Amino acid sequence: MTTSAQTVIAPVRAGTAADSVTARRKQGFQHGGWFVAPFLVLFALFVIWPLLRGVWLSFTDANISGDSASFVGLDNYREALQDPLVWDTLGHSAYFTLLVVPCITVLAFLLAMLAHHIERGKWLWRLCFFAPFLLPSTVAANLWQWLFNPGTGMINYVFGIETPWLTDKSYAMLAVVICTLWWTVGFSFLLYLAALQGIPGHLYEAAKLDGANAWHRMVHITLPMLRNITGLVIALQILASLQVFDQAVVMMDFLPGPEGSTRTFVQYTLEEGFTSYRVGYASAISVIFFVIIAAVALARMWLLRNREESAR
Amino acid sequence: MSTAAQPRKPWTPSQIVLTLLGTAVSAAFLAPFAWALFTSLKSETEAVQVPPHWLPEDWTGQAWKALFETGNITNWFVNSVVVSVCVTSVVLLVSALAGYGFARTEFRGKSALMGLVMAGLMISPAVLGVPLFTTVQQMGMVDTYWGMILPQCAPAAMVYILYKFFQGIPRELEEAAFIDGAGRWRVFFTIVLPLSRPSLAAVGIFTFIASWNNFLWPYMVTNNPDLMTMPNGIATVMNSYGIQWAQLMAGGLMAGLPLIIVFVFFQRQIVAGVAHTGLAGQ
Repeated sequence: MTTSAQTVIAPVRAGTAADSVTARRKQGFQHGGWFVAPFLVLFALFVIWPLLRGVWLSFTDANISGDSASFVGLDNYREALQDPLVWDTLGHSAYFTLLVVPCITVLAFLLAMLAHHIERGKWLWRLCFFAPFLLPSTVAANLWQWLFNPGTGMINYVFGIETPWLTDKSYAMLAVVICTLWWTVGFSFLLYLAALQGIPGHLYEAAKLDGANAWHRMVHITLPMLRNITGLVIALQILASLQVFDQAVVMMDFLPGPEGSTRTFVQYTLEEGFTSYRVGYASAISVIFFVIIAAVALARMWLLRNREESAR
Repeated sequence: MSTAAQPRKPWTPSQIVLTLLGTAVSAAFLAPFAWALFTSLKSETEAVQVPPHWLPEDWTGQAWKALFETGNITNWFVNSVVVSVCVTSVVLLVSALAGYGFARTEFRGKSALMGLVMAGLMISPAVLGVPLFTTVQQMGMVDTYWGMILPQCAPAAMVYILYKFFQGIPRELEEAAFIDGAGRWRVFFTIVLPLSRPSLAAVGIFTFIASWNNFLWPYMVTNNPDLMTMPNGIATVMNSYGIQWAQLMAGGLMAGLPLIIVFVFFQRQIVAGVAHTGLAGQ
């Protein structure tokens, strides 16, 4: 508003004044390098440099002390492709992701619908469903390790079962998944809740007038209006779940779990780097992991762009 | 929004059913907390009795007392506070500046740098832990506060969120101030920042939660038990010499309760903050 008024009035006053005003207005937005400089320094030191360094190390046989690294070409990558543990641990992380993502999406949606539709005590439901997310991952993991503990644990006692949750390879990852659902569903729940509150009420009123029942309103209004947020929840969950580490190691006392069944990909890279001191090899499998994560992120961007274009 | 303004509605059958359902689900969500609390109030021998029972037969503060007397839990607590407060302050300052720089100013190579920041969204200590560690090791920052704090201070995500937000502020306000002769920095600190308080609060809250709860990076970069943060100390030191469950649960509650208490008081801001930071990724 101000700008158009200024430019209209200015020529009446004096040509030079108008020029200097526009110049000053523009100058305010020039040469902003100093604004981004502090961030860029930190970003370069702790994100970009480690990435470049990781790529470089992946072509060497570097050990943890960093000296006497020699160039070995593609040897690390060749070894990684034939390393059964790379495929196993990648499989464990993928299995975890496949279990967690659909469960968390559905559960978060149901909890949000519940909290949204109960008219009393909204803050209380929000607090109950979100509180676990505020715990550190290690505390959540210790808590569930204790709940799943054979003999002294509450889970088996309450449900009257004797499942060897933490010691049998067919249940161990499931135990990690259950802990993760309890611990992290609150975040997606809040996203859904915010999205539900953002749906304009007149849509429902109009549908009611047309005689739509509760089920129809959910299928034809709520779900379509939540499409974007569902895409976001799924994308964030896939990226986070592939990087699972904390819960799995803490629940298994920093071991790979029964028959290595909860050893995740992140855990394997850290074992190679810090236990076997093979920094070069660990870097190579980290770079492979980075490519996988980046591919997922790029796939989401591509899907979003396609949808935007088809919407136009 | 609309529900708050309306008068209280009567208990309809569907509201009764929903409320009962909500209560049951909430009880299931809170049961693990209750189990932790009751365990921490048992003696170590009673805690491991088979079969387990909910309430302690002998209520005792033994585990809590032992926690403070024998362990370094107070050290860990202080370290957690120092690290989270430093990380949050630096992140707020640095990412607000950078977000504004990218949203509003022109400089050479801006779009290339923005692309780099977007790429940074895909990089985390979980993905690049080993090379990040060797970098920090080369800088001589292993087992120091610096080593724990600085690598957490370059979150591309927060810059991106604030960038999106600053883009949404109408330019006219700043332009008017420039015409009145205000400098760029004055405009930023006296006009732009006060306008962005809700977004800054969101970023600050989210960064604090993430940093307080961060395990992976402090775990990689510290070996000295005196320097550990709460999540790290509890998971490594307390888990290492034969788990004492009552003490472990007491420690866990001590690590988790501060944020939960803060949440009860600042619920609205935190909910808005989490929703805001999450939704910005849309």
